[in-house]
Amino acid sequence: MIDAKHYNFAFLDEGSKREIRRSILKAVAIPGYQVPFGSRELPIGRGWGTGGIQITLSIIGKEDILKVIDQGNDDSVNAVNIKKLVGECTDVEVTTDSEEATIIQSRHRIPEIPMRNDQILVLQVPTPEPLRIVEPKESVTKQMHAEAEYSGMWLSLFEDLTQYGKISISSEYPVMVEDRYVMNPSPIPRYDNWKLNDSETLYLFGAGREKKIYAIPPHTKVVSMCFEDVPFRTEDFEGKHCRLCGATGVYLDELIDEATGEKVYECNDTGFCKKRRMRGKNSMQTENMQRGE
Amino acid sequence: MAYVAVTGGREAIEQSLKLLKIFRESGEDIAISCIMENMGLLIDKIMSEAGFYSREYAALALKQCEGSVEEAVFLLRAYRSTLPRNYYSNVVDTSGMRLIRRISAAFKDIPGGQILGPTYDYSHRLLDFSLMDEEKKRETVGADAEESGGNESGEDIYCGRVTDLLREEGVMAEAEEDNTEPFDVTSNLLTFPAPRSARLQTFARSDAGFLGGVAYSSMRGYGAVHPTVSELRCGYLEICVPYVLDEEDEICIGEILVTEVEALVPSHTETDEEFEKMTLSGGYGLIFGRNENKAIAMSIADASLETKGDSPSQDEEFVLTHGDCLEMSGFISHLKLPHYVTFQSSLDRVRAKGGEE
Repeated sequence: MIDAKHYNFAFLDEGSKREIRRSILKAVAIPGYQVPFGSRELPIGRGWGTGGIQITLSIIGKEDILKVIDQGNDDSVNAVNIKKLVGECTDVEVTTDSEEATIIQSRHRIPEIPMRNDQILVLQVPTPEPLRIVEPKESVTKQMHAEAEYSGMWLSLFEDLTQYGKISISSEYPVMVEDRYVMNPSPIPRYDNWKLNDSETLYLFGAGREKKIYAIPPHTKVVSMCFEDVPFRTEDFEGKHCRLCGATGVYLDELIDEATGEKVYECNDTGFCKKRRMRGKNSMQTENMQRGE
Repeated sequence: MAYVAVTGGREAIEQSLKLLKIFRESGEDIAISCIMENMGLLIDKIMSEAGFYSREYAALALKQCEGSVEEAVFLLRAYRSTLPRNYYSNVVDTSGMRLIRRISAAFKDIPGGQILGPTYDYSHRLLDFSLMDEEKKRETVGADAEESGGNESGEDIYCGRVTDLLREEGVMAEAEEDNTEPFDVTSNLLTFPAPRSARLQTFARSDAGFLGGVAYSSMRGYGAVHPTVSELRCGYLEICVPYVLDEEDEICIGEILVTEVEALVPSHTETDEEFEKMTLSGGYGLIFGRNENKAIAMSIADASLETKGDSPSQDEEFVLTHGDCLEMSGFISHLKLPHYVTFQSSLDRVRAKGGEE
C-alpha cells in the first residue's frame, strides 16, 4: 500500500473524484459527446492512460475487482504498472479473468468474452477528437460537433477511396453514436468496433492529457462510418488460428516463430486464451478420469 | 534483463526499479537542505513548471529523480493532485512586493531607483576552478552577508510600478479593473478563445524552453512583438486567505518569491477623430521564484496574443496547448509503450489491395 498517512483512498482527494464522477454522469447522459473535465496529474505519465486511470480511481470502491489490460495483455508492462498503482492506493482485488472483474481498464482492446451489464469497461484514449484528422483547431471542431457538421469527415473517407481504392483508417475508426455525434472509439482495432453497438455493458472513455471524458451506455446505437456501396471492413484473419488454444474468429497477434522463421498467430486477448486453455485441460482431465486413466 | 515482447512485465519492472535505485544511489548522499540551499534556481524552475510552491518538496523531488527537471515537475504535479483545495487566496497586489531586485530598461532612472540585486547578467561566465574546493571560502562570504544584512541599509524595499507613471501621463491605456472570477486551468478544460486569466496561468506553468521559443520567434519576425521591459522586479509577496469567521478579515499564510515583468509594446486605440491614437500596451509575466527569462518570455507571449497574424506565437490555441512540460513529455514518452494491436491493424490496411472492398 501507498502510505495512508500521505495519500487518500484511490489516490485523488474526494473532491476531485466527485468532480470526475459528475463529468462521467454527463457523458452517460449524452452518448458520444466529449465532456471536458479538470484532468488531474497522476503519478503515471500523461499519455500513458491517465484519463482511464482517473475514471477508474473515481468509480472504484473497496468491493470492486479490477482487471487491467494493455494491447490485450494482462502482463504487459503498462498494464502491470497501472494495476500496481490502483492496487497500492485502494487494496482492491485484481484479476486476469474478464468475467470475474467488475471494472476492466483497457488500452486498445475490448475483451473477446462479451461483457455484462454489471461490469464497466474503461478505455484509455490518446486522441478523443475524431475530427482532428480534418481540423486541427479545437475551437472549430467543437462548433462542428455542435452543428453536426460532419461533411469533412465523410469527405476524408471518400478521398481515401479515390486515392487508395480502400479506406485506409486502421484503428480508431470513427463511429456515429445514436445518429448524432461522431466519436473516436479510442485506438481499438476495427475488429472491436461492432462490440460498441447495442452492448450490455457501459463503456467509459477517458483522455487525461486532452481532458475529455465520453461514454457509450448500454444499448446505444453505434455505427462505424461507411458508405452504402462500400461496407465497413474489420481486420482479416481468415484461415488463421491461435497456435496456443486453436481459437479462430478472434483478434490475433502476428509473431515469427524463432525456430522455423514462419509466421504464426496467437490470441491477442491473453486472458481469454488462458481461460480457453485451462478449460481445455480440465475437460481433458475429466475425459481421462472417465476413461479410468 | 531482456523482456520478451510484453510478457514478464511484473518481473521486468521490479528489476528495472532495482537498477534505477543503483543509478540513483551511487556515490555520496545529498541532503534535502543542501539541494535547497545550493540549487535555488533549479528549484525555482521546477516550482514554476509544477505550479506548486514548496522549496522543500521540490528539493525532495529532485533528489528522488537524479535531478531530472521533467521528472521532478511530474512528481510535484502528481502530489498536487492528492491535496484537497481548502482555500483560494485573496487577490495580491504586487506593488506591495518586498523587493530584492528591480530594473527598468525603459528609463535611465526610475522613482525608487534601479536595484540590480542578485543577477548573473553582468558576471563573466568563466568556470571558477576555485569552487572545486569551496568550503573555506564560504565561511567568509556568509559572515559578510550577515554584517550587511542582505542590503546596505538593511531595510525592506518597496516601490511603486513604472507603468503607473505612464498611466498618469496618459501614454499607456488605463487598465480597467476586472473582478471576474479567474478561470482555473488546473480544474477546467481550456476553451478558445481563452480568458486572459487562463492564458496567464497556462504561461506561468509552461515549460520554460517552449515559452522561450515562442517569445524568441515573435521577436525575430514570426510575429510582431519586440517589447521594452518597463520593469522587471523580483521579490517576496504575502499570500493571504479569507478568515473563516470574518469575511472582512484575512490571514497571512506565508510569503512567496516571484519574478514579475511588465513589457511595453506600441499599440493604438480607436478614437472619434481623424487619426487613431497611439498608445502603449502591456504584456505581463509572473513566475514563481527567480525566473527572469521565463517571466520576460511570458510577457512577450502574452502581448503577442493581442496581435493578429498567422505566426505560431499569435495562434492562441497553438501556444496554449503545446507548452505544458508534463503533457508534452508524457505524450512523447508514451511512444515507448507497445503498439502492436494498432500496428497489426495498420499492416492489414497496408497489405489489403485497393479496389477489392
